[in-house]
Amino acid sequence: MSEPNSAETRSEQTPAANGLLDHMYVFFDDVRHRYGFYALVLIVLVVMPLLTGQYITAIMTNALLYVVLCLGLNIVVGYAGLLDLGYAAFFAVGAYTVGILTQEFGMNFWLTIPCAVVTASIAGVVIGGPTLRLRSDYLAIVTLGFGEIVRFSARNLEITGGASGLAAIPSPSLFGWHIDSTLDFYYIFVLLAVVACIASHRLHNSRLGRAWLYVRHDEDAAEVMGINRVRVKLAAYVIGSIFGAMGGAFFAVNLGAISPESFSFEQSVLVLLAVVLGGMGRIPGVILGAFIVVLMPEFLRELGSLRLLIFAVLLLLIMLFRPTGIWPDRRS
Amino acid sequence: MSWLEVFFTQLSNGLVLGSFYALVALGYTMIFGVIKLLNFAHGDVYMIGAFCGFGALSLVSGILGDTWLGLFVAMLMSMVAVGFLGVIIQKIAYQPMLAAPRLSILITALAVSLVLQNSALALTSGEYTAFQTGLGYGGVDFGAVFIAYQSMVLVGTAAFLMIALEFFVKRTMYGRAMRAVSVDKDMCRLMGINVSRVIAITFLIGSGLAAAAGTMAGIYYGSIWYFMGFLVGLKAFTAAVIGGIGSITGAMLGGLILGMLEAFGTQIPFIGSEWKDVFSFSILILMLVFKPTGLLGKSEVERI
Repeated sequence: MSEPNSAETRSEQTPAANGLLDHMYVFFDDVRHRYGFYALVLIVLVVMPLLTGQYITAIMTNALLYVVLCLGLNIVVGYAGLLDLGYAAFFAVGAYTVGILTQEFGMNFWLTIPCAVVTASIAGVVIGGPTLRLRSDYLAIVTLGFGEIVRFSARNLEITGGASGLAAIPSPSLFGWHIDSTLDFYYIFVLLAVVACIASHRLHNSRLGRAWLYVRHDEDAAEVMGINRVRVKLAAYVIGSIFGAMGGAFFAVNLGAISPESFSFEQSVLVLLAVVLGGMGRIPGVILGAFIVVLMPEFLRELGSLRLLIFAVLLLLIMLFRPTGIWPDRRS
Repeated sequence: MSWLEVFFTQLSNGLVLGSFYALVALGYTMIFGVIKLLNFAHGDVYMIGAFCGFGALSLVSGILGDTWLGLFVAMLMSMVAVGFLGVIIQKIAYQPMLAAPRLSILITALAVSLVLQNSALALTSGEYTAFQTGLGYGGVDFGAVFIAYQSMVLVGTAAFLMIALEFFVKRTMYGRAMRAVSVDKDMCRLMGINVSRVIAITFLIGSGLAAAAGTMAGIYYGSIWYFMGFLVGLKAFTAAVIGGIGSITGAMLGGLILGMLEAFGTQIPFIGSEWKDVFSFSILILMLVFKPTGLLGKSEVERI
């Protein structure tokens, strides 16, 4: 089913073209360099909003939300090698679960987060369960449909507020700290992104992470070695959907209002583009991709509807000329 | 309305819908047969077909006026143009990816779909384009049930195209080659079949059929827009799965079944036309759970 040799031949072509990347790899192989770099990035993230205006803080918050979403999709696409074209659906499930529970039932925001995790997992199992047994192509097209169905249901149901969505979602508070300003939410998202990075990293190096790698490279060989491929793939799919739901939960309280159009197919495509652009399976690459996808439109504002066309052509060119992305995973 | 009227009205709706789905599903299934790729861009090829048909019609109607002949000529022009577009897509985007991991070719197909969709979006600025045929809405009145000429001609044309395809696949040299390639590509090469030409012809025919469906959908609904291929692509895929992906007769059957299910599904209380799309999607999921090989498909034995 998969071609075990092709992955190797591909990565053999890359080193010559990537002098700079090789230097980077060597640089980051030193643990002190690596942690120094992480500390630097973290300091920049913490200090930055104190020096810049509210507008930039808001954009950075959005970029950090994308980091969480992209790290989640990266588990599905990058680690397990499954294509999910309806990732916005899980983002929506998280956002709507929190929105409905806090607004209609008056629940505490922090209590709704486990509920969002549960609903997203259920959605993940319902979609992934039947399709993951089949060729991975089926998952791609079923998730494509699922994304639309979730948005469609949100628009038609009463409890989700129909086409206008939910408004006035109360902002949360934590031990008396009322989180409501742009800056507060920015720091919440920094925290969320850091947690997502650590979780991704731990998963990547875990037993499950190695099982994903194996299944991605050769499903049949993995099965022969005693890996239950359906269970392993389902785990990737459900964990990815939980990341998406977490992003959605904080997105809902950050904006205070959600509508079906926030969770369109375009959203799923942008997250996927970020993952593919940055380098599937590699955390720094994915983060880079997320920042590029969020920040680039700020520079291309005049282009309007051409923006997505440019992204689409970019995606095609990456796949044809540099399928591993800007900062690829060395293991693949 | 009596139940008899409802029945025949929905029967004719179902036939029309079903023929669109079947024509698009044929392309999915044929392309899947020869290169084992689910061509996500196929729904958008259908959409481009509708726009090409619209463009061709405005060219042709100057010469032939508002006649059925004019529409047929426009449809043929669109089929040829989009057929070659399909071949170009295959040569540029899919050919280099055939040896790459499965994930790469799937993402490439998605990228092609987005490029087509957003090109149309940029050209039409997201507006609906009115597709006027100037033929009016005449029809035959069967007592209580009214069937438009339009529906009859559309279904007839679709049926003709499918019979022609069946003839091509079963009786001609390239049809035979196509079936052979879908069984074993390497063996075909050894037997002297020009595999890359067969693949190109498959894309030509598959895309041409989608273009025919697109033009017909434009005529039937009276308007076209850049996102029209998205849902139809999804439903045609459902149709292909119902029939059994890889099976040509299955795609026709699946298209008709799905069209009928949708048309009659709107009559079921609590489902209604609002939930039509959710309904057909649920059929897809149920089909994948209980009979993933479809009605006419053979179970796929994976060789290691």
